[in-house]
Amino acid sequence: MNDPWLPQQAVVVDKVMETPDVATLSLQLVEPEAQQRFHFDCGQFNMLYLYGLGEVPISIMDYQHGCLQHTIRAVGRISRTLVALETGAPLGLRGPYGNSWPIEDARGRDLVFITAGLGCAPVIAAIRRIIAARTDYQRLVIMQGVKHREDLLWQEQYERWREVPDCQVLLAASEERQEQFPWSLGMVTTLIDKAQFDVNNCTVMMCGPEPMIRASMRGLEAVGVSLQNCFVSLERNMQCALGLCGHCQMGTPFICREGPIFRVADIKEWFLLEGY
Amino acid sequence: MNQTAFLPHRHLDKLFDLLHSDGFRVVGPTSEQGAIVYREIDTVDQLPAGLVDHQAPGRYRLEQQAHGRYFDWVGTAQGLKPWLFTPEQPLMVAREVAGGLRFEAVREEVPLTAVIGLRGCDLAALALQDRHFLQGEYPDPHYQARREQLLLIGVNCHRSAATCFCVSTGDGPEVGEGTDLVLDELDQGFMVQACSARGRALLVRLPIRPLAGGHKRRSKALRKQARVQQRALPSRDLRKPLYLARDDETLWQSVADRCLTCGNCAAVCPTCFCSRVDEESPLDASESTQVRRWDTCFNDEHSYLVGHVVRKSAVHKYRQWLTHKLAIWHDQYDRSGCTGCGRCITWCPVGIDIVEETRRLCTEVKTREPGE
Repeated sequence: MNDPWLPQQAVVVDKVMETPDVATLSLQLVEPEAQQRFHFDCGQFNMLYLYGLGEVPISIMDYQHGCLQHTIRAVGRISRTLVALETGAPLGLRGPYGNSWPIEDARGRDLVFITAGLGCAPVIAAIRRIIAARTDYQRLVIMQGVKHREDLLWQEQYERWREVPDCQVLLAASEERQEQFPWSLGMVTTLIDKAQFDVNNCTVMMCGPEPMIRASMRGLEAVGVSLQNCFVSLERNMQCALGLCGHCQMGTPFICREGPIFRVADIKEWFLLEGY
Repeated sequence: MNQTAFLPHRHLDKLFDLLHSDGFRVVGPTSEQGAIVYREIDTVDQLPAGLVDHQAPGRYRLEQQAHGRYFDWVGTAQGLKPWLFTPEQPLMVAREVAGGLRFEAVREEVPLTAVIGLRGCDLAALALQDRHFLQGEYPDPHYQARREQLLLIGVNCHRSAATCFCVSTGDGPEVGEGTDLVLDELDQGFMVQACSARGRALLVRLPIRPLAGGHKRRSKALRKQARVQQRALPSRDLRKPLYLARDDETLWQSVADRCLTCGNCAAVCPTCFCSRVDEESPLDASESTQVRRWDTCFNDEHSYLVGHVVRKSAVHKYRQWLTHKLAIWHDQYDRSGCTGCGRCITWCPVGIDIVEETRRLCTEVKTREPGE
């Protein structure tokens, strides 16, 4: 039997510091068979292991030419060390785990992305795949919120997405006081009114802090979007990613097993309750 | 077909001999620190002959009685859980080697293990743990390695503790499916029922006698006696009232005021499955081991999420534990997560009674929801 607890060997082959506390690591699986075997769907995550420290779940941004991309913010013991790794550093990797964004089911619809902070990372792969198959979809709206304008990761990428046909890129900064094109002032949810999409034929994908998700749910319902058509990537204290440790239960679902991506209407009763 | 026979009391040691000669270690009940616990035992002399347990909320006492029955106690402090889902389990060992890290799986040599004395509630809990650890997408190899080595000898309960409510959960006092042998202990000996091929292979080698009509009548009467229980959950599926109670935090305040959030209830619960993963290194840092340890939803760290704790208050913690056990389990595993063993009542330091609390919640929800 394959041991589900056993990581595969990986090594840091490149690192880009996106901001002083956010890094994008390029990781290569050491075993050629492991590289061959690895396949991920947009929205899935890996467990990254550091010697002597342990594991954390990190969403997958991309996998190309045997290289995985993970963008990580230094917030805890392990993520701080991950961000501080240098090229050549060895680590362990288990995955991929979890389900994926419903980008196949969303063909022929308007697509709306609402993300805040590093919540943009789990949707990057989905946006890239959608743009690669642009004609399969209708309008595209990308909304991203940050505190300060300089917090925006991948500014050039957002500018490039602006050039994509029928693609609206909306940015908001909540802690800025001065107007500056193309930015809006305020939370990402203030962008919903500016977004142009068919509320009756859209798929919304969201990721970010939970208060932002709750505010987005209210904002979307207010303009007539059914929560049946909204999806969210959720986070809990995942320690095993195997559906065994129990930490990531949010009411009924284990986030690692049935998620991390949920139809908002399905998870709403638990998600809106404090304490689950 | 199940085969039943009578084994005189003085020949129980023959069962131990057979198990030993078949290569099994025997795990059975024995008295330790004032409680009945499962330990590896070698002879029938280590069984708790004549010991009876008295259980109540926050209370467990043993009393020595004159009779020599081995299984007249009702509940062990822990069920079978620690023997399969061990409180501490190494998962993987990492070593630094030239050019990287090497990862080694942890494989345990588990001896063939015969467990004697298991009750209906214990075995129902085992089936639930099997469901969690073995029947998902990623079966746990450590649980599996131990589970595969088990031979199960159940005992039908002939009395109930004041904390028992297995009749209302449908898990006792008789032993259900999944055992190899089931014993009914009578004054002169045991009614032994073989429920599997392995059980039958054991039974035919024991110095058994045919069953007499009196044996059946007597054991039936004793089992009936055990069905008289003071406690009962309102129904087996409590999703409807508990999902209503979930939405009203004020209903949970009175129990939260008493709950110490110590997690004893989860530790002794035979179905609670939560664990955390720690990383451990020796002083010379020559290797690093991932170790799984029991955890409970009563710990702050259990619901820690970047910068905050999802369940900080006793209201949220107790509500999580109880709604999960009695309601959410139905949605996750198609039945309640409670088998009525009553351990959470007995071993709660402040004597919180899951049955009483559940009845109260169901009643208060009803009075607050006109039309329900």
